[in-house]
Amino acid sequence: MSDDARSAEVDAPTNDGQQFDRLPATPADREVEGRASREEVLDWWEERFEIGREVFAEYSFWEKGAGKVWIFNGEATDPSEVEAVGMTFLRTRQEHWKPTGRAVSRFGARATKNVIELDPEQAATFAAGDDQDIPEWDGDWGYLIATHEVAGESVPIGVGLYLYDELRSVVPKGSRADLPVVE
Amino acid sequence: MNPLDRYESLVDDVDAFRAACDRPLPSVVRTNRIAATPARVREAFDEAGVAYEPVDWHDGLFRLPDGNPGGNWPYVHGWTHGQEEVSVLPALALDPQPGERVWDACAAPGSKTTQIADAMDDEGTVVANDNNLGRLSALRHNAERLGITNSIVTNQDARNFSTKPLAFDEFDRALVDAPCSCEGTCRKNPDVLDQWTLDHVHAVAGIQKGVLARAVQATRPGGVVVYSTCTFAPEENEAVLDHVLASEDCELVEFDLPLETDPGVTEWDGETYDESVTRTKRVYPHRNDTGGFFCAKLRVGGESDESGDAVDREVAA
Ligand SMILES: C[S@@+](CC[C@H](N)C(=O)[O-])C[C@H]1O[C@@H](n2cnc3c(N)ncnc32)[C@H](O)[C@@H]1O
Repeated sequence: MSDDARSAEVDAPTNDGQQFDRLPATPADREVEGRASREEVLDWWEERFEIGREVFAEYSFWEKGAGKVWIFNGEATDPSEVEAVGMTFLRTRQEHWKPTGRAVSRFGARATKNVIELDPEQAATFAAGDDQDIPEWDGDWGYLIATHEVAGESVPIGVGLYLYDELRSVVPKGSRADLPVVE
Repeated sequence: MNPLDRYESLVDDVDAFRAACDRPLPSVVRTNRIAATPARVREAFDEAGVAYEPVDWHDGLFRLPDGNPGGNWPYVHGWTHGQEEVSVLPALALDPQPGERVWDACAAPGSKTTQIADAMDDEGTVVANDNNLGRLSALRHNAERLGITNSIVTNQDARNFSTKPLAFDEFDRALVDAPCSCEGTCRKNPDVLDQWTLDHVHAVAGIQKGVLARAVQATRPGGVVVYSTCTFAPEENEAVLDHVLASEDCELVEFDLPLETDPGVTEWDGETYDESVTRTKRVYPHRNDTGGFFCAKLRVGGESDESGDAVDREVAA
């Protein structure tokens, strides 16, 4: 047996952290251990935030790095050796999947579940990256979409982690802002 | 020597030119229509008490007289992007359409890439390339902040850009927003005048010619290439176009910009350029109280293939 044939037999495809690979359509199409499928990603957004599958119908999903899923709306080859395709969207390969703040900012206005509306002071605290007690929340624990009102409409700010009466801001360092409270 | 001296022979009103170059520029933001309308941005500014002034030739631009373009909610939500007024011109000239394939050859930190994606309604593909990895990380940050999903980021020398990592080998449009001597940004960053050297002008002109030639080659017949700089130096503007007109299959076309411009020059420092460089546009600071800029629009030669229309093209989802 040639070396090539042997390695093809022994090595199942693995996740190469350096390149973008398209997510398989369904769990049955999965070749790379642990990789989320498109179906599971769509299910997750629907289940967690009630953002319908049709919202993402035109987009493709890609994994680069362990569990980092990107959303892309252009034409791409497979696999694609580039620096980035589209934007980071979701962190998988962990018990609780976590949406990125950017994904929530881009698509979160459509959510009708696990959305926590913050008052002006809470919103400024959240954007600064600070944790705060919000015992009155009686919804799910875990990752929530934090919103606030801007000129009469609710706007997503980012992702919060709600545990034990506390909303933790998971706004990444580079995106934290020191904002005046707008009443 | 102050490099602005050498351009006095090109402008009609030297005093007004020099006076404008000495005045600082206000902070300006561009509305990211992927996320919000200009009306929404105005409402949010009003609610928060952020002072702003409209820009009469572009409804998506706002001057912020108090500065601090990042210190307000519209910015945090990705509704606005800090960008100098003249810097929106090349993407207007490029006029990219939803569904097209567009190359931004020198893209970092992504002001124009994100404006292009916005003009495309975030549909189609914009390939944002730069040879500087550090600057590309700023581009990626900006693109994510503005919620852009139709970009591919590549890190290549644009002079020998390879389309191999892409799903296609020709673009509908390309923008070359070239590295340059940057005197046009002196109202923001006066240091550029101290750092200016003629050697740099000649060195960077070589890079500009290489990148523009590659952009013409990588664009389909009938496609559009826009070349822009923020320098007044004819060596980096008209001379670059003159060179590429001679070496590649393309022509300069007339186009409109929404502010007052001067035509490109056909003579400089003992050299003469192709007559058609008068179709390029110079933006002098005193004309519209902006930074300085240069912009040219090329049509790539050959039969355009109408069946390749981006609108009909099926995007591989
Ligand atoms: C004027 S700046 C681009 C500004 C950008 N278009 C924007 O709007 O944010 C010029 C860029 O060209 C890049 N550059 C210089 N030489 C290059 C080359 N040979 N290939 C690709 N990019 C190059 C520089 O790193 C720099 O980021």
